Amino acid sequence: MVLYALQRLAVLAATLVAASLIVFAVMSILPGNAAQTMLGSTATPEAVAALAHKLGLDQPAPVRYAHWIGGALRGDFGLSYAYGSPIGPLIASSLAVSAPLAIMAMALAAGIALAAGVYAADRRGRTGDAIVMGASQIGLAVPNFWLAILLVIVFAVSLRLAPAGGFPGWGEPMRALGALILPAVALGVVQAAVLTRVTRSAVLEALNEDFMRTARAKGVSRRSALWRHALPNALVPILTIMGLQFANLIAGAIVVENVFVLPGLGRLMLQSISNRDTLVVENGVMLTAIIVIALNFVVDLACAAIDPRLRGLAA
Amino acid sequence: MLLEVSNLAVDLMGTAGAQRIVSGGTFALDEGESLGVVGESGSGKTMTALALMGLTPENARVSGSIRFEGRELTGLREEAMLALRGDRIAMIFQEPMTALNPLHRVGAQVAEPLVLHRGMTREAAFDRAVQLLDHVRLADPERAARAYPFALSGGERQRAMIAMAIGCSPRLVIADEPTTALDVTVQARILALIDGLRAESGMALMLVSHDLAVVAGHCDRVIVMYAGLIMESGPVEVVLREPKNPYTRALLEARPQPGASRGRRLRTIPGSPPIHHEIGAGCPFAGRCDLTIDICRTTPPPEVRFSADRLSRCHRAREMGSLNMRTGA
Repeated sequence: MVLYALQRLAVLAATLVAASLIVFAVMSILPGNAAQTMLGSTATPEAVAALAHKLGLDQPAPVRYAHWIGGALRGDFGLSYAYGSPIGPLIASSLAVSAPLAIMAMALAAGIALAAGVYAADRRGRTGDAIVMGASQIGLAVPNFWLAILLVIVFAVSLRLAPAGGFPGWGEPMRALGALILPAVALGVVQAAVLTRVTRSAVLEALNEDFMRTARAKGVSRRSALWRHALPNALVPILTIMGLQFANLIAGAIVVENVFVLPGLGRLMLQSISNRDTLVVENGVMLTAIIVIALNFVVDLACAAIDPRLRGLAA
Repeated sequence: MLLEVSNLAVDLMGTAGAQRIVSGGTFALDEGESLGVVGESGSGKTMTALALMGLTPENARVSGSIRFEGRELTGLREEAMLALRGDRIAMIFQEPMTALNPLHRVGAQVAEPLVLHRGMTREAAFDRAVQLLDHVRLADPERAARAYPFALSGGERQRAMIAMAIGCSPRLVIADEPTTALDVTVQARILALIDGLRAESGMALMLVSHDLAVVAGHCDRVIVMYAGLIMESGPVEVVLREPKNPYTRALLEARPQPGASRGRRLRTIPGSPPIHHEIGAGCPFAGRCDLTIDICRTTPPPEVRFSADRLSRCHRAREMGSLNMRTGA
């Protein structure tokens, strides 16, 4: 297991370097000059060139890359062209919204999906299965922004149980949490629909394995065979999908963040792109890449902890 | 009698209605006895075994009577059945590759029945599992107990399966093709191990196999199944020497014979077993049998009893001694 973890860690480091190069390359060839954007279309070429020089934009690419990575490693991500403030705190404050939101949505999705998926698999072909599958079909078909608006109308406008939008900051933890509940539901329900289907089919597959019959022949009850023998065997595909979903939730919540006016990572990226605030975009994209890669690493380790055959491959 | 089965029938409920895949199964098994169940794939032998365990698929309906240690098992409550399974009746499955849970240590899997039926702690049961693995002569049982199934060979896994089955000293072990997936040399060792365990514990064995040679060498009595029916039953050496059913005889003739002249083709049974809905009014073997007469196609074959434990289901069973099938037999 330790060997396997080290191996995955090496892959993780290599992937990070590759990701940073790609992010840097894409941002470098992107049309639009940050200096030009900052100064506006009326600026003289001399002024633009001077600002570009001041920002280091006229230096060769390897130097700029080294400067970027070197700064990032020291925690210095540079200044936002648009806001003129340090990028580190800017991204950190957006992540302080996006990460808890993603965690809440994922927890909700996983809770619903595991219960409903195992239930449906256990009652394959019967009414309960049909109801779960029908509900998940609806969940798949509903766009999350539509669900978000519906939630606002019902719970914020009519019932006044939750705020319709905005984020008070973590200075008031309970209100902050409350502001994230409706967005988390809007995001989580759709993910739960996908994950329920994955869970159901993975559990069904495990239920049909020969070892399930062996377990029953030993005198293991149906229920216990389901939870102790079938579910662990179904977890690897479930965790893999959850990893992908979580990454998606962190960076891909733009639409729902907009509906609820949440200052999350998605919104920050959207604004920075329209402002040509390339440094913010560069670091934001890199952060997203780091989160995805780190999640994959965690999922790999979790899967290996569950399935000894996966660890065996590394030895 | 340890086990008395009478008129056992299994019906599979499908969209096209019920299909009878085992019918009229009547047989008995004494303490310490070994019974071979022989037949082609789809003959109902595995379904018969699963019916005894109460583990038939959800869409199956079991009828008839299964008396085990004097107790009726059909219609028994699931909790009572749970207490029997793995304790009084144990089962060994065909594929040691897939019949063990890939995520649990071998020792924990062998220990599981002890935890369930003997109330042992996991630790104590694991220690006992190591002893059991040693008892089935697995080399280095400590290592095998801590290993995961993928790290063991097919033969080692099947030994672990056997250790799992005998842990609670069952009175009846049902082995469903226990050696089919193994190399021939490993097969012989596994069968010898089962024989040895049976001799020392006095457990009864029901050995399900498509291999007549395996049954001949390791069973006292045999039942031959075809299309869900018991075609013939009796003491194994009598049935194999003097079959009273054309199907049994056809199976025997399809075997390679030691010492037979080289280049001689093995006899085959023409056609394939009927699919269940194809079985008409008559004998299910009628279409493939070369002793078929008119009545075979119209009337189900009767059970012809030759002695207390010798039975053949055939219209021409009494003529069998004098009839030769095809030439050269």
